[in-house]
Amino acid sequence: MKEIAIDVNGLTKSFDGRTVVRDLSLEVPKGEIYGFLGPNGSGKTTTLRMLCGLLTPDSGEGTCLGYDIRIEADAIKRNVGYMTQRFSLYADLSIRENLEFVARVYGMPDPKGAASRAIARLGLTGRQDQLAGELSGGWKQRLALGACILPEPRLLLLDEPTAGVDPKARREFWDEIHGLAAEGITVLVSTHYMDEAERCHELAYIAFGELLAQGTAKEVVAQSGLSTWIVSGGDLHRLGAALQVRDGIDMVAPFGAELHVSGRDEAALDAAIKAAKNADGAHRWTRGAPSLEDVFILLMDEAKDNFA
Amino acid sequence: MMAASCQYSAGERRDPGFFRRMWAMVVKEFVQMRRDRMTFATMIIVPIMQLVLFGYAINTDPKQLPTAVLTRDDGPLTRAVLAAMKNTDYFDFRVQVRDPEELDRLVRSGEVQFAVEIPASFERDVRRGDRPSLLVIADATDPVATGTAVSALQGLIDTALRRELRGPDDTIAKTEAPFAITLQNRYNPEGITQYNIVPGLLGVVLTMTMMMFTALAVTREIERGTMESLLAMPIKPVEIMIGKIAPFVLVGFVQMTIILGAAHILFDVPIMGSVWLLVVLATLFAAANLAVGYTFSTLAENQLQAVQMTFFFFLPNILLSGFMFPFRGMPEWAQVIGELLPLTHFLRIVRGITLKGIGFADMQVDVLALVLFMLLAMGLALVRFRRTLD
Repeated sequence: MKEIAIDVNGLTKSFDGRTVVRDLSLEVPKGEIYGFLGPNGSGKTTTLRMLCGLLTPDSGEGTCLGYDIRIEADAIKRNVGYMTQRFSLYADLSIRENLEFVARVYGMPDPKGAASRAIARLGLTGRQDQLAGELSGGWKQRLALGACILPEPRLLLLDEPTAGVDPKARREFWDEIHGLAAEGITVLVSTHYMDEAERCHELAYIAFGELLAQGTAKEVVAQSGLSTWIVSGGDLHRLGAALQVRDGIDMVAPFGAELHVSGRDEAALDAAIKAAKNADGAHRWTRGAPSLEDVFILLMDEAKDNFA
Repeated sequence: MMAASCQYSAGERRDPGFFRRMWAMVVKEFVQMRRDRMTFATMIIVPIMQLVLFGYAINTDPKQLPTAVLTRDDGPLTRAVLAAMKNTDYFDFRVQVRDPEELDRLVRSGEVQFAVEIPASFERDVRRGDRPSLLVIADATDPVATGTAVSALQGLIDTALRRELRGPDDTIAKTEAPFAITLQNRYNPEGITQYNIVPGLLGVVLTMTMMMFTALAVTREIERGTMESLLAMPIKPVEIMIGKIAPFVLVGFVQMTIILGAAHILFDVPIMGSVWLLVVLATLFAAANLAVGYTFSTLAENQLQAVQMTFFFFLPNILLSGFMFPFRGMPEWAQVIGELLPLTHFLRIVRGITLKGIGFADMQVDVLALVLFMLLAMGLALVRFRRTLD
């Protein structure tokens, strides 16, 4: 049996009568990178905060690393590294001073040594006296991650760690995360980027406070029952507008020089495409596989119909 | 859709002109002003507070000053003198004592502003024409508080005796002055204002700076977003509080040294009592103010509000503590408020130690008040401190 790092059931949280997270259950195996996806305001941050004791759930219960999230917040805090969405290290402290502070708060035996090792690991040895606030976005994220893993947590909760970071820095960031997972650290990471979602071992998709899909990227795509056609050719914008209104087509999304046309009902989609193809001979129509993004946008649209 | 909204080019837009742009700013400022309740309150409450405090509470001609009396002669003349003093409206005989030591203690501890001692066989000596003298001791720490009362003593002999010495002793009444009033201005005999103000300044500076430092402590972490990760770390509220207050105690210590040194070197303010006692109690006072500031910072939503709160607190501290205006000149309600402020108690301590040379025994109440104040503020801060982001 797989060891479970996060096991929560029926988490619900509302602010001023507005339910932000509704009856959310999550099971994250130890040592996995678990992607947490969903549109803005879907409750991802609130969920992460409930997991690390920063927010008290209105209802629901569960454990994080075997500690009760309601009553053992102190134990959870000692073993969890939480990286906030917004840069939350001290901008007016140097890189080294920030890391030493973290090491001291966690009661590490040799704060200076721990900070030095973290600095070396980050490749910041020459810049350790630079103020954290002066770093570029990508370096800030790396430093924040470095501060998170400094006290050797068993679980990392990363809240959109790569927002606004360039592709190269993002890739390095993810290499680092995979390295940590290989060492046995569990990582729960929220993101908007589909390429990042595909780098996760498992995914959960949350919208309007509800968990809509869960599983590996392949499973999530398969579960959706979505079929996709790819169209290429000229004036895709006008074609897209025309396709959108046809029965059997649930979603039309431009991808560069291509148009992804998807539908939940394969037969109905095929019929709609056939009709469209007959009316318009100027485009190339091929059967394709739905992307994760197609699936998520569809899920979001469905959720909107249900809750909004 | 996207394309359409981006089609404007700079040339198509007319220059809206100075007034329109300015008006846009005015509208925005008003909207923001309305959102910020605390600033709104400041606008209304500060003028009212100033008006009430300056208008009603402040009086530089304090009357009904507490006075202790020691009478070794109980004749009608004594009673006439005391009645005359009472009639000036400056002296309020609250305590009757039996020995001069008690009289000294009452003045030293600040329980009374004046002490009057009527010598034995006062009446007989007057009638014999021996011109005895009665002793009036004034606590002149604050020259403003005693000034007018002292000048009221001048015409006193005349009024007191005109009635009593009429008749057979009429001749005595007509002589120059049948008795003398010996005025002893204690603690600040020359009535040097700086002696009163400069030690008091120690309290004012500590109040203002200490409170401001910690008032920003928690709100700054919230505003900069660092609070979120701090709360996710295994650190307890009490550890955060003490950790934030402690460094400023040292700052207070430096300020203390500067002010006391300057008081001594530049203004020749004497330090009659124990410097060490003063340092210890000033540190306590600094800690109490740091705790108040920290409490504000847990109550305020942002740094601006925290600063506004310290200002609210600072204003009555300056006006009602006896720093600027004589404490005893204020009406009862203002004195009650004054007693609730830490600065009031510290002023008594610092003036007592520097000018009067009093020891711990004479200021236990004030020390206790400071300790209580500090613990209360810390307790409130810990209750108010949000451990979660709920």
